[in-house]
Order: sequence, then C-alpha cells, then structure tokens
Amino acid sequence: MNAAALNASRLAHHASRKRINVVALTLSLAAMAFGVFWLLWILFETVRLGFGGLALATFTEMTPPPMAETGGLANAIFGSLVMVGLATLLGTPIGILAGVYLAEYGQKGWLGSTTRFINDILLSAPSIVIGLFIYATVVVRMKNFSGFAGVLALALIVIPVVIRTTENMLSLIPNALREAAYALGTPKWRVIMTITLKSAWAGVMTGILLALARISGETAPLLFTALSNQFWTSNLNEPMASLPVTIFKFAMSPYENWQKLAWAGVFIITIGVLVLNILARVLFRNKH
Amino acid sequence: MAATLPASRYDDGHKDKNMERTDPMGRPPATRRSSAWADTAFSFLAHAAALITLALLAGIIGSLVVGAAPAIQEYGLSFLWRSDWDPVKNSYGGLVMIYGTLMTSFIALCIAVPVSFGIALFLTEMSPNWLRRPLGIAVELLAAVPSIVYGMWGLLVFGPILATYVQAPLQSLLTGVPFLGSLVTGPPVGIGILSAGIILAIMIIPFIASVMRDVFEVTPQALKESAYSLGSTTWEVVYKVVLPYTKTGVIGGIMLGLGRALGETMAVTFVIGNTNQLNSLSVFEAANSISSALANEFAEAGAGLHQASLIYLGLVLFFITFVVLSLSKVLLSKLQKNEGGRT
Repeated sequence: MNAAALNASRLAHHASRKRINVVALTLSLAAMAFGVFWLLWILFETVRLGFGGLALATFTEMTPPPMAETGGLANAIFGSLVMVGLATLLGTPIGILAGVYLAEYGQKGWLGSTTRFINDILLSAPSIVIGLFIYATVVVRMKNFSGFAGVLALALIVIPVVIRTTENMLSLIPNALREAAYALGTPKWRVIMTITLKSAWAGVMTGILLALARISGETAPLLFTALSNQFWTSNLNEPMASLPVTIFKFAMSPYENWQKLAWAGVFIITIGVLVLNILARVLFRNKH
Repeated sequence: MAATLPASRYDDGHKDKNMERTDPMGRPPATRRSSAWADTAFSFLAHAAALITLALLAGIIGSLVVGAAPAIQEYGLSFLWRSDWDPVKNSYGGLVMIYGTLMTSFIALCIAVPVSFGIALFLTEMSPNWLRRPLGIAVELLAAVPSIVYGMWGLLVFGPILATYVQAPLQSLLTGVPFLGSLVTGPPVGIGILSAGIILAIMIIPFIASVMRDVFEVTPQALKESAYSLGSTTWEVVYKVVLPYTKTGVIGGIMLGLGRALGETMAVTFVIGNTNQLNSLSVFEAANSISSALANEFAEAGAGLHQASLIYLGLVLFFITFVVLSLSKVLLSKLQKNEGGRT
C-alpha cells in the first residue's frame, strides 16, 4: 500500500516535471517566433510603404517644401554619403591603430585594460551625448552648425566599433606567425603591418563595414551638429542635410508628401544597412 | 620525451586551446640598424590612438560639466527632483524626463528579459542545427535596423494598432479597479510611455538574446550531459545547471540591454509624445524622456539656462548609462574569469 502510494506520487512527480518541460519549451518557441515576427513585420511595412514612394525623382530632386507635387531626397542622400564617408575615413585609422595597440602592445598593463574598459562603454554610450559633446566643443566655437561637426560626431561613433573588431581579429592570429617574422629579423611595425594586420584583414574590414552600417542610420548625433539643409551643399562649413535627420523631420510632419518621402528614405536606409551587414557577414565567413 | 609534451589539450572539451593566444616567447631583437625610428614612430602612433579613446571619455564628461555649469549652480542636485520645465518662466527641473527614461526602460526590460531568455534557450538547446544559424542571423539583423526605422514604424504602423487592440480593451477591463485602473487612464492613442517601452523592448531583445546565447554556450558540455544522463528534462538542465553557471553573464547581458534602452533616442522620440507632464502615473499618457527632450529642444534652445539645463540632463543620462554599462562589463568579465577556474 505504502509502496504503491510512493510509486504513484513518483509517477505524478515525473508527469508534472514533463509537463513543466513542455510548457517551458513551448514558451521558448513562442519567444523565438515573437522575435522573428517583429523583424518580418518591420521589413514588410518598410518595403510596402517605402517601395511605393520610391521613384527616379527621389534620387534626382531636392527635398520639397510641404504640399509640393514633386521632390526627392537627392541633397539628403548626398549629405549622408559625404558625412558617412568622411567619418569612416577619419575614424577608421584611429580605430585600427588603437586596436593594434590593444592587441600588440598593451595586452597587459593599466593603459591597455583601461582603454579596453572605456572603449566597451563608449561602444554602447548614448549617441545623443556624442552629439552634445561635439556641439559643446565644435559648434559653439565655430558659431554655426556644420557638416564638419556632423562628420566629427559620426567619426567618434566609428572609433569604438573598429577598435573592438580590430582587437578581436588580431588576437585570433596565432603567435607562431609573429615569432616566425621576428626570427627573420623583421621590426615590430613591419610584423604588424605586413603579417598580423594583413592576415586579419577580412575581420578588420568586417568591423569597418559594421561601423559604416551603424553610422548610416544614426540620427541623434547629427541633430545639433550638422542640423539639416533644404538645399544641395557640398560645403562642410554649412549645415548639411542627411537622410536620417530628413526622415525624422518629414515623418513627424502632417504633410502627406513629406511622409511619403520619409518612407522612401526609411526604405533606402534599411536596405543599405541590411546589405552592409550581410556583406560583412559573408566577408567574414569566407575567410574564417 | 613525455616531459616535453604539452598538457593534454582535450581536458576541458568545450574549448580549443589551439585558438588561444600564448605569450610570445622572448622579445624581438633589440638592435636594428635601419628602422628603429619607424618602430618608435609606429609604437607612438598606436599609443596615441589608445590615449585618444581615454581622452574622449574625459572630454565628454568635461564638456558636459562645463556646459551644464549654469544649471548646476542654479539648482544643484535639486534639479533631479524638480518637476517643472518651463522655458517661458525660465525654470527647469529634470524629474519628468528622468522618470520617463527610467519608466520606459523598465517596461522594456519586463518584456525583453523573458523573451530573450526564451530565444537563447531555443537557440542553444532546442533548435535543429540547420535552423540555428539563420535564426541567429535574423535576431542579429533585428539589432542592425536603425532606430529611426523603429521609430517611424512605431508611430505610423504600430501605435494605431496598439491603441485599437490593446489599450482600448485594457482600459475597459481595468477601469474602476484600484491602482491598476489609474495606470491605464488617458486617451488610448498609441503614443506614450507604454508604446515607447514596447518599441524599446523590441530593440533590445536582440542585444540581450545574443549575449545570453553566447554565455549559455560557455557552459561546459560535460555539465549539461551529466544532468541529462541523470534524467533531467531540457528545462531542468537550463534552469538548474546552465542558468546558475552563467548567472553573472546573464545579468551582464541584461545590463547591456538596459544601457541601450536608457540612451536610445530616435525610437523613443517618435512615440513618447514629448509632453512635459507628470500628472498621472498612467502608462498611456504622453510623456518625455531625457534623450527625446534633447532631440526636440536642444537645437532651438537659446544659450543660457535652458541650454545648460538640457546639457545637465545629458550629463545625468551619461552618468546613469555609464554606471549601468560598467556593471555589465564587470559582470561579463567575471564570468570569463570564472570559466577557467570552474571547468
């Protein structure tokens, strides 16, 4: 009797454990579906609303006044390309050098560990604070908003991303390679330039592409550095339009033509960023 | 012969010792005829680049403190709990925005943590191998979508749906219920703290989920297999073996997500409503957060107390995220250190 009761309670316990397991795994499946669901929904809406608004004029005409019949995003796209390009050119060398420092010079020691710590924080620091910093140091001193200030703000976001990936990629290079080069009498800077950096090049490029993708969509640091501009300008001393800031302005407005252009802009940015991300992945995967 | 062989590299199964860096043996030759200066110059450049990063942090803090100085002198720390924000009367306090920032991030965490845990569990324990990679990439792409896309989607697509199908039913259900009823008053228009929290949750799920997945994978295979062989169910293995083993890393991942949520600007600015009020605790009311106040007002604010107060807000935001992100970093690195000792 007692043994039977014990057995029954064991079976009941076993059944309840199994039930809990099924419930938990079902919930986990639901969570996965939940995550993928948002991605698909956002992409679907972006394509549905954005692709419809896309036309040749989007790439050839300037941003229109409210309620105009025609108009495009040419000046905003151009401004974004200029600022993102220059920021990458400016930020990448500093990022790579600092990454080289972390991987090749400062594996130990206070400067290395502090820099690594600070860099990881800068990597996720609010980008709007970077905008405030550039405003306080550059815009106030130059006394006007400018494309140049926008470039600086974006470059400051590029640096931590590139440092992180460069360091990670360089630490994957086996030390035997370095030692072999030293044994042949190669100076350290040549070892780094022609052996380690060269073997890690695909990984470093991945980092640059990811940084590019990140800053192409950044809006907050441009709001009070580059501001915006209704007209075409290639003068870095003037306020400069950019795609994200233009989208922000147009999407928040009640005008239908502006909202339509904003969706077209969102479509362009999303596709661009996703393509850069996938490219970075493919590049990295082919090499490793 | 045996003495010269390295210790077995298969002793801790899950990790390939081959891939780990060893210390270089000896130093590079000290005397060189031609390129000593090039070596010095290169080393100097690399050191300078690392120092720039440090200077950057100091510069950010320094410039924010200088910019905020008028407001700090005027209000001191009482800025943090003063609730009026009135550019006309030139009187400022940060309580409304600080509350908005903390509340939206709190809602985001409440949604994102369980979902991310589920995703990480699925990716590490349940998913068939062929599905693991594409799903992992899908989650990471969700992290890559620029925040302005989330914002616009939230305002024009998600907001109206939330208002019709979630807010209105909730309101009719909870009106009259003490406390809960007061959380859902206000016009159900799909803009406000709740929508901002939900959008933030969607944005930080990929960050938390991918950190959780990575730390779950750190758990030694032998530990999990022992539990399975004793008859544990998958859930028991994750809840009683994997989770205790990786808890510092999991908390670190959550902190990382929190840091992102606190500082997120564009997605919140679109949907929070940008109204400086704190009349009710309702999560349906339009409100404001630190980052969206900066995004909306800063470019128009004239120099003086208004601008200084906005920079003060930025300083508060930077301080909060700095603390949260530091904690996250410390917890995550603790897990990495333990890894060696416990296997």
